[in-house]
Amino acid sequence: MQPNGCIMSRVMDAVFKALADESRRKLLDQLHKSNGQTLGELCAHLDMTRQAVTKHLLLLEDANLVAVVWRGREKLHYLNPVPIFEISERWIDKYERHRLQALGDLKKGLEENKNNKPNKKG
Amino acid sequence: MQKPKLVYTTYIRSTPKDIWAAITKPEFTRQYWGEMTNVSDWKRGSKWEHHNPENEVWITGKVLESTPPKRLVLSWADPDDLKDKSRVTFEIEALEDMTCLTVTHGNFKDGSTMVKKVSGGWPRVLSSLKTFLETGKGLNIFCK
Repeated sequence: MQPNGCIMSRVMDAVFKALADESRRKLLDQLHKSNGQTLGELCAHLDMTRQAVTKHLLLLEDANLVAVVWRGREKLHYLNPVPIFEISERWIDKYERHRLQALGDLKKGLEENKNNKPNKKG
Repeated sequence: MQKPKLVYTTYIRSTPKDIWAAITKPEFTRQYWGEMTNVSDWKRGSKWEHHNPENEVWITGKVLESTPPKRLVLSWADPDDLKDKSRVTFEIEALEDMTCLTVTHGNFKDGSTMVKKVSGGWPRVLSSLKTFLETGKGLNIFCK
């Protein structure tokens, strides 16, 4: 069990490290908005140098949070949430999931409601 | 080539052969894919179906490519909306003592509602598949 545990822990470290940075989270947000972007497309939406974006993308790829597909000479980047889901499994058990989902939906609903209030009345 | 819409990868401590079996054999899918099964003879040109525990067809399509244990390409549609057809590719690649599984879901029709239906599901299915192969037990991913 020990070696497997070590690998799991290394994988988790990489994911947490990758997520512990605002710029990298912004990159993931960009991919969430529009999946399969090239480096150039990502740079156009972010206030970062091309070098910085490249560096951050490599870290995200290492953590397997970004999957890469080559289309000819174009490198396309995809948001890969599989490792995040694996991490959440560690602390969320099957009975909790739907309660957390319900709480999440409630929070979202209330917040959206608050933001949209003038519109909804009108 | 159209740009794929969704691409997911996971690294599993398992063999390509076992991963292929886990995707194609109902007795395995049942244990990690929310009790669902994938039913086909997995030959090129054959029909394949994704069944719920009551044996109702949830997804249907054709086997477009089948190269065990490396590559499986399926067309994918809701039986109630066969025009909204898309394509799923499983690529399985051995890397030393691990295997990389990549699932690509693309070729969606304009205005397809399938993207929304599957984008929450694939990460769950794949992390459950990984857990199933590594520990012998899948995750309870679609509990109600």
